Amino acid sequence: MFVPTLLQAAADVGGKVNTADPSFKISIGQALLYALIGFAIVFAVLLILNIFIRILSAVVRAVEGSTKKKEAPPAAAPAAAPAADSKPAIPAGMKVADGSLGDVKLYDVDDATAAMIMAIVADQLDAPLNELRFKSIKEVTK
Amino acid sequence: MSILESLYNLWMQSGFANITWQEAVMLLIALLLLYLGIFRKFEPLLMVPIAFGILLANLPLTGLLTPDHSGTGLLDFLTKGLPIFPCLIFLGVGAMTDFGPMLSNPNSLFLGAAAQFGVYVAFIGAVLLGFTGPEAASIGIIGGADGPTAIYLTGKLADHLMPAIAVAAYSYMALIPIIQPPLMKLFTTKKERQIKMEQLRVVSKTEKIIFPIIVTLFVSLLLPSVAPLLGCLMLGNLFKECGVTDRLSDTAQNALMNIVTIFLGLCVGAKAVGTTFLSLQTIYVIILGLFAFSFSTVGGLLLGKLMCILTKGKINPLIGSAGVSAVPMAARVSQTVGQKDNPSNFLLMHAMGPNVAGVIGSAVAAGFLLAVFGPMVGM
Repeated sequence: MFVPTLLQAAADVGGKVNTADPSFKISIGQALLYALIGFAIVFAVLLILNIFIRILSAVVRAVEGSTKKKEAPPAAAPAAAPAADSKPAIPAGMKVADGSLGDVKLYDVDDATAAMIMAIVADQLDAPLNELRFKSIKEVTK
Repeated sequence: MSILESLYNLWMQSGFANITWQEAVMLLIALLLLYLGIFRKFEPLLMVPIAFGILLANLPLTGLLTPDHSGTGLLDFLTKGLPIFPCLIFLGVGAMTDFGPMLSNPNSLFLGAAAQFGVYVAFIGAVLLGFTGPEAASIGIIGGADGPTAIYLTGKLADHLMPAIAVAAYSYMALIPIIQPPLMKLFTTKKERQIKMEQLRVVSKTEKIIFPIIVTLFVSLLLPSVAPLLGCLMLGNLFKECGVTDRLSDTAQNALMNIVTIFLGLCVGAKAVGTTFLSLQTIYVIILGLFAFSFSTVGGLLLGKLMCILTKGKINPLIGSAGVSAVPMAARVSQTVGQKDNPSNFLLMHAMGPNVAGVIGSAVAAGFLLAVFGPMVGM
Protein backbone atom coordinates (compact mmCIF):
# COMPACT_ATOMS: atom_id res chain seq x y z
CA MET A 1 0.00 0.00 0.00
CA PHE A 2 2.81 2.37 0.95
CA VAL A 3 4.94 1.79 -2.16
CA PRO A 4 2.10 2.36 -4.68
CA THR A 5 1.23 5.57 -2.84
CA LEU A 6 4.82 6.73 -3.13
CA LEU A 7 4.92 5.77 -6.80
CA GLN A 8 1.71 7.74 -7.35
CA ALA A 9 3.33 10.66 -5.57
CA ALA A 10 6.35 10.26 -7.82
CA ALA A 11 4.13 10.43 -10.87
CA ASP A 12 2.46 13.53 -9.48
CA VAL A 13 5.81 15.25 -8.96
CA GLY A 14 6.89 14.28 -12.44
CA GLY A 15 3.78 15.92 -13.80
CA LYS A 16 4.31 19.25 -12.02
CA VAL A 17 3.57 22.40 -13.97
CA ASN A 18 6.69 23.99 -15.41
CA THR A 19 6.47 27.54 -14.09
CA ALA A 20 9.55 28.58 -16.06
CA ASP A 21 7.29 28.64 -19.11
CA PRO A 22 7.00 32.18 -20.56
CA SER A 23 3.21 31.94 -20.36
CA PHE A 24 3.58 32.52 -16.60
CA LYS A 25 5.28 35.88 -17.09
CA ILE A 26 3.65 38.96 -15.61
CA SER A 27 4.11 42.61 -16.52
CA ILE A 28 6.03 45.01 -14.31
CA GLY A 29 2.78 46.87 -13.66
CA GLN A 30 1.17 43.68 -12.34
CA ALA A 31 4.28 42.96 -10.26
CA LEU A 32 4.13 46.41 -8.66
CA LEU A 33 0.45 45.99 -7.91
CA TYR A 34 0.94 42.53 -6.37
CA ALA A 35 3.86 43.87 -4.31
CA LEU A 36 1.81 46.78 -3.04
CA ILE A 37 -1.22 44.65 -2.16
CA GLY A 38 0.99 41.94 -0.63
CA PHE A 39 2.86 44.38 1.59
CA ALA A 40 -0.42 46.03 2.62
CA ILE A 41 -1.93 42.65 3.51
CA VAL A 42 1.05 41.72 5.69
CA PHE A 43 0.66 45.03 7.55
CA ALA A 44 -3.12 44.63 7.81
CA VAL A 45 -2.90 41.08 9.22
CA LEU A 46 -0.26 42.06 11.75
CA LEU A 47 -2.22 45.21 12.67
CA ILE A 48 -5.26 43.07 13.44
CA LEU A 49 -3.07 40.72 15.48
CA ASN A 50 -1.73 43.75 17.33
CA ILE A 51 -5.26 44.84 18.23
CA PHE A 52 -6.18 41.29 19.16
CA ILE A 53 -3.16 40.95 21.48
CA ARG A 54 -4.09 44.21 23.24
CA ILE A 55 -7.65 43.04 23.77
CA LEU A 56 -6.49 39.60 24.88
CA SER A 57 -4.01 40.96 27.44
CA ALA A 58 -6.58 43.45 28.79
CA VAL A 59 -9.21 40.71 29.20
CA VAL A 60 -6.78 38.21 30.71
CA ARG A 61 -5.40 40.76 33.16
CA ALA A 62 -8.89 41.84 34.16
CA VAL A 63 -10.02 38.24 34.71
CA GLU A 64 -6.84 37.23 36.55
CA GLY A 65 -6.97 40.42 38.64
CA SER A 66 -10.53 39.76 39.80
CA THR A 67 -9.73 36.09 40.51
CA LYS A 68 -6.71 37.06 42.66
CA LYS A 69 -8.79 39.55 44.62
CA LYS A 70 -11.36 36.85 45.38
CA GLU A 71 -8.71 34.29 46.38
CA ALA A 72 -6.60 36.59 48.64
CA PRO A 73 -7.45 36.21 52.38
CA PRO A 74 -8.27 39.69 53.69
CA ALA A 75 -6.09 39.55 56.85
CA ALA A 76 -2.93 38.07 55.32
CA ALA A 77 -1.48 41.14 53.59
CA PRO A 78 -0.94 43.52 56.55
CA ALA A 79 0.77 40.85 58.62
CA ALA A 80 3.57 40.29 56.12
CA ALA A 81 4.42 43.95 55.61
CA PRO A 82 6.67 44.73 58.61
CA ALA A 83 9.03 41.81 57.93
CA ALA A 84 9.88 43.09 54.44
CA ASP A 85 10.96 46.46 55.76
CA SER A 86 13.23 45.12 58.47
CA LYS A 87 16.96 45.61 57.77
CA PRO A 88 19.99 44.60 59.82
CA ALA A 89 21.18 47.28 62.17
CA ILE A 90 24.05 49.34 60.75
CA PRO A 91 26.59 50.92 63.10
CA ALA A 92 26.65 54.72 63.12
CA GLY A 93 29.12 56.35 60.75
CA MET A 94 29.35 53.34 58.44
CA LYS A 95 28.74 53.83 54.69
CA VAL A 96 26.43 51.31 53.04
CA ALA A 97 26.32 50.58 49.31
CA ASP A 98 23.26 49.06 47.67
CA GLY A 99 23.95 45.50 46.62
CA SER A 100 21.87 43.34 44.30
CA LEU A 101 21.50 40.82 47.11
CA GLY A 102 21.31 42.53 50.47
CA ASP A 103 23.55 45.44 51.50
CA VAL A 104 27.33 45.58 51.67
CA LYS A 105 28.89 47.14 54.71
CA LEU A 106 31.87 49.31 53.79
CA TYR A 107 34.62 49.95 56.35
CA ASP A 108 36.96 52.79 55.25
CA VAL A 109 36.33 51.96 51.56
CA ASP A 110 34.78 54.31 49.01
CA ASP A 111 31.97 53.20 46.66
CA ALA A 112 34.13 53.09 43.52
CA THR A 113 36.80 50.90 45.14
CA ALA A 114 34.13 48.59 46.55
CA ALA A 115 32.52 48.24 43.11
CA MET A 116 35.91 47.46 41.59
CA ILE A 117 36.68 44.81 44.23
CA MET A 118 33.30 43.13 43.73
CA ALA A 119 33.78 43.11 39.94
CA ILE A 120 37.27 41.58 40.28
CA VAL A 121 36.01 38.87 42.65
CA ALA A 122 33.13 38.05 40.27
CA ASP A 123 35.54 37.87 37.37
CA GLN A 124 37.99 35.64 39.26
CA LEU A 125 35.20 33.31 40.39
CA ASP A 126 33.68 33.39 36.88
CA ALA A 127 30.24 33.99 38.41
CA PRO A 128 27.67 36.73 37.70
CA LEU A 129 27.78 39.56 40.23
CA ASN A 130 24.12 39.20 41.13
CA GLU A 131 24.69 35.61 42.22
CA LEU A 132 27.35 36.59 44.77
CA ARG A 133 26.68 38.03 48.19
CA PHE A 134 29.16 40.47 49.68
CA LYS A 135 28.56 41.10 53.36
CA SER A 136 31.27 43.67 54.02
CA ILE A 137 34.45 45.15 52.56
CA LYS A 138 37.07 46.44 54.97
CA GLU A 139 40.38 48.13 54.29
CA VAL A 140 43.20 46.36 56.12
CA THR A 141 45.87 48.90 57.02
CA LYS A 142 48.33 46.72 58.95
CA MET B 1 37.97 -11.73 -21.71
CA SER B 2 41.52 -10.67 -20.86
CA ILE B 3 42.47 -9.07 -17.55
CA LEU B 4 43.25 -5.83 -19.35
CA GLU B 5 39.82 -5.85 -20.94
CA SER B 6 38.21 -6.45 -17.54
CA LEU B 7 40.18 -3.63 -16.01
CA TYR B 8 39.17 -1.39 -18.92
CA ASN B 9 35.49 -2.28 -18.39
CA LEU B 10 35.83 -1.66 -14.68
CA TRP B 11 37.28 1.78 -15.41
CA MET B 12 34.57 2.56 -17.95
CA GLN B 13 31.88 1.67 -15.38
CA SER B 14 33.45 3.82 -12.69
CA GLY B 15 32.33 7.30 -11.76
CA PHE B 16 35.75 8.70 -12.71
CA ALA B 17 35.22 7.82 -16.37
CA ASN B 18 31.64 9.04 -16.45
CA ILE B 19 31.71 12.25 -14.48
CA THR B 20 30.62 15.36 -16.39
CA TRP B 21 32.17 18.80 -15.88
CA GLN B 22 28.94 20.02 -14.28
CA GLU B 23 29.05 17.21 -11.74
CA ALA B 24 32.70 17.94 -11.00
CA VAL B 25 31.93 21.62 -10.39
CA MET B 26 29.00 20.68 -8.12
CA LEU B 27 31.26 18.36 -6.13
CA LEU B 28 33.65 21.27 -5.62
CA ILE B 29 30.72 23.47 -4.52
CA ALA B 30 29.66 20.73 -2.09
CA LEU B 31 33.17 20.63 -0.64
CA LEU B 32 33.18 24.44 -0.30
CA LEU B 33 29.82 24.38 1.51
CA LEU B 34 31.06 21.59 3.78
CA TYR B 35 34.07 23.75 4.61
CA LEU B 36 31.82 26.75 5.35
CA GLY B 37 29.52 24.64 7.50
CA ILE B 38 32.12 22.68 9.45
CA PHE B 39 35.04 25.06 9.80
CA ARG B 40 33.38 28.49 9.50
CA LYS B 41 30.21 27.39 11.39
CA PHE B 42 27.82 28.87 8.78
CA GLU B 43 24.43 27.36 9.82
CA PRO B 44 26.20 23.98 10.20
CA LEU B 45 23.07 22.01 11.13
CA LEU B 46 21.65 22.69 7.69
CA MET B 47 24.73 23.48 5.65
CA VAL B 48 26.36 20.11 6.31
CA PRO B 49 23.37 17.95 5.19
CA ILE B 50 22.68 20.29 2.24
CA ALA B 51 26.31 20.12 1.13
CA PHE B 52 26.39 16.34 1.52
CA GLY B 53 23.11 16.08 -0.40
CA ILE B 54 24.74 18.01 -3.27
CA LEU B 55 27.71 15.69 -3.07
CA LEU B 56 25.58 12.54 -3.22
CA ALA B 57 23.29 13.85 -5.97
CA ASN B 58 26.23 14.68 -8.23
CA LEU B 59 28.07 11.39 -7.98
CA PRO B 60 27.64 9.70 -11.35
CA LEU B 61 26.04 6.26 -11.83
CA THR B 62 25.06 5.79 -8.17
CA GLY B 63 21.34 5.33 -8.84
CA LEU B 64 20.57 7.49 -5.80
CA LEU B 65 18.60 9.93 -7.89
CA THR B 66 16.92 10.15 -11.28
CA PRO B 67 16.77 13.48 -13.13
CA ASP B 68 13.01 13.91 -12.68
CA HIS B 69 12.97 12.34 -9.19
CA SER B 70 10.52 9.67 -10.40
CA GLY B 71 12.88 6.70 -9.93
CA THR B 72 13.35 4.43 -6.97
CA GLY B 73 16.68 5.69 -5.67
CA LEU B 74 17.08 6.64 -2.01
CA LEU B 75 17.10 10.37 -2.75
CA ASP B 76 14.13 9.97 -5.12
CA PHE B 77 12.09 8.67 -2.20
CA LEU B 78 13.37 11.18 0.32
CA THR B 79 12.64 14.15 -1.94
CA LYS B 80 8.96 13.12 -1.98
CA GLY B 81 8.79 14.46 1.56
CA LEU B 82 10.13 17.89 0.64
CA PRO B 83 6.72 19.61 0.57
CA ILE B 84 5.99 18.63 4.19
CA PHE B 85 9.44 18.98 5.77
CA PRO B 86 9.21 22.81 6.15
CA CYS B 87 5.92 22.43 8.05
CA LEU B 88 7.47 19.86 10.38
CA ILE B 89 10.45 22.17 10.91
CA PHE B 90 7.96 24.91 11.82
CA LEU B 91 6.45 22.57 14.41
CA GLY B 92 9.85 22.41 16.10
CA VAL B 93 10.47 26.14 15.66
CA GLY B 94 7.12 26.85 17.33
CA ALA B 95 8.01 24.60 20.24
CA MET B 96 11.24 26.56 20.70
CA THR B 97 9.76 30.04 20.29
CA ASP B 98 8.73 32.31 23.12
CA PHE B 99 6.15 34.80 21.85
CA GLY B 100 6.29 36.57 25.23
CA PRO B 101 8.37 39.57 24.07
CA MET B 102 5.96 40.13 21.17
CA LEU B 103 2.87 39.79 23.39
CA SER B 104 4.50 42.17 25.84
CA ASN B 105 5.10 44.79 23.14
CA PRO B 106 2.51 44.23 20.36
CA ASN B 107 3.90 47.16 18.35
CA SER B 108 6.84 44.94 17.49
CA LEU B 109 4.46 43.23 15.04
CA PHE B 110 4.75 46.28 12.79
CA LEU B 111 8.51 45.86 12.66
CA GLY B 112 8.00 42.23 11.65
CA ALA B 113 5.74 43.46 8.84
CA ALA B 114 8.09 46.22 7.67
CA ALA B 115 10.94 43.74 7.47
CA GLN B 116 9.11 41.92 4.68
CA PHE B 117 9.91 44.90 2.43
CA GLY B 118 12.73 42.99 0.75
CA VAL B 119 10.34 40.23 -0.30
CA TYR B 120 8.51 42.62 -2.59
CA VAL B 121 11.62 44.48 -3.80
CA ALA B 122 13.21 41.19 -4.84
CA PHE B 123 9.89 40.06 -6.36
CA ILE B 124 9.80 43.16 -8.60
CA GLY B 125 13.52 42.79 -9.35
CA ALA B 126 13.01 39.17 -10.42
CA VAL B 127 10.17 40.14 -12.77
CA LEU B 128 12.44 42.82 -14.26
CA LEU B 129 15.14 40.21 -14.83
CA GLY B 130 12.71 38.07 -16.82
CA PHE B 131 11.57 35.52 -14.25
CA THR B 132 7.94 34.39 -14.40
CA GLY B 133 5.44 35.39 -11.69
CA PRO B 134 5.65 32.15 -9.68
CA GLU B 135 9.46 32.13 -9.97
CA ALA B 136 9.67 35.78 -8.85
CA ALA B 137 7.44 35.04 -5.86
CA SER B 138 9.72 32.17 -4.82
CA ILE B 139 12.82 34.33 -5.19
CA GLY B 140 11.22 37.23 -3.31
CA ILE B 141 10.42 35.13 -0.26
CA ILE B 142 14.16 34.77 0.39
CA GLY B 143 13.75 38.28 1.85
CA GLY B 144 11.63 36.79 4.62
CA ALA B 145 14.90 35.29 5.92
CA ASP B 146 12.99 32.17 6.76
CA GLY B 147 14.43 29.01 5.23
CA PRO B 148 11.46 26.67 5.75
CA THR B 149 9.00 29.24 4.34
CA ALA B 150 11.24 29.78 1.30
CA ILE B 151 11.46 26.03 0.69
CA TYR B 152 7.72 25.56 1.19
CA LEU B 153 6.74 28.30 -1.26
CA THR B 154 9.36 27.30 -3.82
CA GLY B 155 8.25 23.68 -3.64
CA LYS B 156 4.76 24.82 -4.58
CA LEU B 157 5.55 27.48 -7.17
CA ALA B 158 8.97 26.93 -8.73
CA ASP B 159 10.41 23.58 -7.78
CA HIS B 160 13.16 23.87 -10.39
CA LEU B 161 14.64 26.85 -8.48
CA MET B 162 14.66 24.99 -5.16
CA PRO B 163 18.43 24.42 -4.82
CA ALA B 164 19.40 27.97 -5.74
CA ILE B 165 16.76 29.49 -3.45
CA ALA B 166 17.49 27.15 -0.54
CA VAL B 167 21.24 27.66 -0.75
CA ALA B 168 20.77 31.45 -1.04
CA ALA B 169 18.27 31.62 1.84
CA TYR B 170 20.34 29.57 4.25
CA SER B 171 23.65 31.12 3.22
CA TYR B 172 22.36 34.64 3.78
CA MET B 173 20.76 33.61 7.08
CA ALA B 174 24.19 32.43 8.16
CA LEU B 175 25.69 35.69 6.94
CA ILE B 176 23.28 37.93 8.86
CA PRO B 177 25.99 39.02 11.33
CA ILE B 178 27.98 40.25 8.32
CA ILE B 179 25.13 41.66 6.15
CA GLN B 180 23.14 43.56 8.77
CA PRO B 181 25.57 45.61 10.92
CA PRO B 182 26.80 47.94 8.12
CA LEU B 183 23.17 48.68 7.14
CA MET B 184 22.22 49.21 10.80
CA LYS B 185 25.01 51.74 11.22
CA LEU B 186 24.18 53.42 7.91
CA PHE B 187 20.51 53.95 8.70
CA THR B 188 20.75 54.91 12.40
CA THR B 189 22.58 57.59 14.33
CA LYS B 190 24.84 56.86 17.29
CA LYS B 191 22.33 58.60 19.55
CA GLU B 192 19.52 56.31 18.33
CA ARG B 193 21.66 53.22 18.80
CA GLN B 194 22.33 54.20 22.40
CA ILE B 195 18.63 54.36 23.35
CA LYS B 196 17.75 52.15 26.31
CA MET B 197 14.28 50.65 26.18
CA GLU B 198 11.88 50.19 29.07
CA GLN B 199 11.63 46.77 30.67
CA LEU B 200 8.99 44.49 29.11
CA ARG B 201 5.93 43.56 31.14
CA VAL B 202 5.48 39.99 32.30
CA VAL B 203 3.09 38.05 30.05
CA SER B 204 0.70 35.68 31.75
CA LYS B 205 0.52 31.98 30.98
CA THR B 206 -3.09 32.31 29.82
CA GLU B 207 -2.14 34.87 27.16
CA LYS B 208 0.60 32.58 25.90
CA ILE B 209 -1.82 29.65 25.64
CA ILE B 210 -4.62 31.54 23.92
CA PHE B 211 -2.35 33.33 21.44
CA PRO B 212 -1.37 30.37 19.19
CA ILE B 213 -4.96 29.14 19.02
CA ILE B 214 -6.41 32.49 18.02
CA VAL B 215 -3.62 33.28 15.54
CA THR B 216 -4.17 29.95 13.79
CA LEU B 217 -7.90 30.52 13.61
CA PHE B 218 -7.75 34.12 12.44
CA VAL B 219 -4.85 33.98 9.95
CA SER B 220 -5.85 30.63 8.48
CA LEU B 221 -9.41 31.81 7.93
CA LEU B 222 -8.08 34.95 6.24
CA LEU B 223 -5.34 33.26 4.19
CA PRO B 224 -6.06 29.50 4.05
CA SER B 225 -2.89 28.85 2.05
CA VAL B 226 -0.78 29.83 5.05
CA ALA B 227 -2.41 27.25 7.35
CA PRO B 228 0.12 24.41 6.87
CA LEU B 229 3.05 26.58 7.92
CA LEU B 230 1.40 28.76 10.53
CA GLY B 231 -0.71 25.91 11.89
CA CYS B 232 2.39 23.81 12.56
CA LEU B 233 4.24 26.78 14.06
CA MET B 234 1.41 27.50 16.44
CA LEU B 235 0.81 23.83 17.29
CA GLY B 236 4.45 23.55 18.33
CA ASN B 237 4.09 26.70 20.39
CA LEU B 238 0.95 25.41 22.05
CA PHE B 239 2.83 22.21 23.00
CA LYS B 240 5.40 24.42 24.70
CA GLU B 241 3.04 26.80 26.45
CA CYS B 242 0.08 24.71 27.52
CA GLY B 243 2.12 22.91 30.17
CA VAL B 244 0.47 19.50 29.75
CA THR B 245 2.32 18.26 26.67
CA ASP B 246 5.92 18.55 27.77
CA ARG B 247 6.87 15.27 26.11
CA LEU B 248 5.45 16.37 22.78
CA SER B 249 7.15 19.72 23.10
CA ASP B 250 10.44 18.03 23.85
CA THR B 251 10.07 15.69 20.86
CA ALA B 252 9.13 18.55 18.52
CA GLN B 253 12.08 20.65 19.70
CA ASN B 254 14.68 17.93 19.61
CA ALA B 255 14.12 14.48 18.07
CA LEU B 256 11.62 15.46 15.36
CA MET B 257 13.43 18.69 14.53
CA ASN B 258 16.74 16.90 14.15
CA ILE B 259 15.33 14.09 12.03
CA VAL B 260 13.50 16.46 9.71
CA THR B 261 16.53 18.75 9.48
CA ILE B 262 18.63 15.83 8.23
CA PHE B 263 16.06 14.89 5.57
CA LEU B 264 15.32 18.47 4.57
CA GLY B 265 18.99 19.32 4.18
CA LEU B 266 19.73 16.16 2.20
CA CYS B 267 16.73 16.67 -0.11
CA VAL B 268 17.46 20.33 -0.77
CA GLY B 269 21.03 19.40 -1.59
CA ALA B 270 19.86 16.56 -3.79
CA LYS B 271 17.93 19.04 -5.92
CA ALA B 272 21.16 20.80 -6.83
CA VAL B 273 22.10 18.71 -9.84
CA GLY B 274 24.85 20.29 -11.94
CA THR B 275 22.99 20.33 -15.24
CA THR B 276 20.23 22.55 -13.85
CA PHE B 277 22.02 24.35 -11.00
CA LEU B 278 24.92 25.77 -12.99
CA SER B 279 23.08 28.48 -14.88
CA LEU B 280 22.75 32.24 -15.12
CA GLN B 281 19.43 31.92 -13.29
CA THR B 282 21.22 30.65 -10.18
CA ILE B 283 23.51 33.70 -10.18
CA TYR B 284 20.46 35.97 -10.52
CA VAL B 285 18.77 34.19 -7.61
CA ILE B 286 21.87 34.60 -5.42
CA ILE B 287 22.11 38.33 -6.24
CA LEU B 288 18.36 38.94 -5.80
CA GLY B 289 18.48 37.05 -2.51
CA LEU B 290 21.11 39.44 -1.19
CA PHE B 291 18.95 42.39 -2.30
CA ALA B 292 15.95 40.83 -0.58
CA PHE B 293 17.81 40.40 2.71
CA SER B 294 19.25 43.90 2.61
CA PHE B 295 15.97 45.63 1.79
CA SER B 296 14.14 43.66 4.47
CA THR B 297 16.71 44.84 7.02
CA VAL B 298 16.35 48.43 5.78
CA GLY B 299 12.53 48.19 5.91
CA GLY B 300 12.64 47.15 9.55
CA LEU B 301 15.20 49.82 10.43
CA LEU B 302 13.24 52.62 8.75
CA LEU B 303 10.03 51.72 10.57
CA GLY B 304 12.08 51.44 13.76
CA LYS B 305 13.29 55.01 13.19
CA LEU B 306 9.73 56.19 12.60
CA MET B 307 8.55 54.48 15.79
CA CYS B 308 11.50 56.03 17.63
CA ILE B 309 10.32 59.48 16.52
CA LEU B 310 6.65 58.78 17.28
CA THR B 311 7.42 57.48 20.77
CA LYS B 312 9.84 60.36 21.45
CA GLY B 313 12.89 58.14 21.69
CA LYS B 314 11.47 55.19 23.59
CA ILE B 315 12.20 52.66 20.83
CA ASN B 316 15.70 51.84 19.69
CA PRO B 317 15.51 51.53 15.87
CA LEU B 318 18.08 48.72 15.94
CA ILE B 319 15.37 46.26 16.98
CA GLY B 320 13.72 46.89 13.58
CA SER B 321 16.40 44.92 11.75
CA ALA B 322 15.43 41.88 13.84
CA GLY B 323 12.10 41.88 12.01
CA VAL B 324 13.68 39.60 9.44
CA SER B 325 12.68 36.29 10.84
CA ALA B 326 16.04 34.56 11.23
CA VAL B 327 15.42 33.55 14.85
CA PRO B 328 17.32 34.28 17.04
CA MET B 329 20.34 35.41 15.04
CA ALA B 330 18.84 38.72 13.88
CA ALA B 331 17.90 39.60 17.46
CA ARG B 332 21.42 38.79 18.61
CA VAL B 333 22.82 41.12 15.95
CA SER B 334 20.59 43.96 17.29
CA GLN B 335 21.93 43.25 20.78
CA THR B 336 25.56 43.19 19.63
CA VAL B 337 25.36 46.37 17.54
CA GLY B 338 23.45 48.20 20.29
CA GLN B 339 25.93 47.19 22.96
CA LYS B 340 28.87 48.46 20.92
CA ASP B 341 27.58 52.02 21.28
CA ASN B 342 26.19 51.59 24.78
CA PRO B 343 27.75 48.71 26.72
CA SER B 344 25.01 48.87 29.36
CA ASN B 345 22.25 48.41 26.78
CA PHE B 346 20.42 45.08 26.58
CA LEU B 347 18.23 44.95 23.48
CA LEU B 348 17.99 41.18 23.07
CA MET B 349 14.54 40.63 24.57
CA HIS B 350 13.19 43.78 22.89
CA ALA B 351 14.53 42.53 19.55
CA MET B 352 12.98 39.08 20.06
CA GLY B 353 9.52 40.68 19.64
CA PRO B 354 10.06 41.84 16.04
CA ASN B 355 12.07 38.68 15.42
CA VAL B 356 9.19 36.28 16.14
CA ALA B 357 6.75 38.73 14.53
CA GLY B 358 8.89 38.38 11.41
CA VAL B 359 8.21 34.62 11.38
CA ILE B 360 4.47 35.33 11.26
CA GLY B 361 5.03 38.16 8.76
CA SER B 362 7.00 36.01 6.34
CA ALA B 363 4.42 33.21 6.61
CA VAL B 364 1.66 35.72 5.77
CA ALA B 365 3.71 37.10 2.86
CA ALA B 366 4.19 33.54 1.57
CA GLY B 367 0.48 32.84 2.03
CA PHE B 368 -0.43 35.87 -0.07
CA LEU B 369 1.99 34.91 -2.86
CA LEU B 370 0.64 31.37 -2.79
CA ALA B 371 -2.92 32.67 -2.97
CA VAL B 372 -2.03 34.79 -6.02
CA PHE B 373 0.17 32.37 -7.95
CA GLY B 374 -1.10 29.03 -6.63
CA PRO B 375 -4.13 28.95 -8.95
CA MET B 376 -1.78 29.62 -11.90
CA VAL B 377 0.01 26.33 -11.24
CA GLY B 378 -3.20 24.42 -10.59
CA MET B 379 -3.24 24.54 -6.81
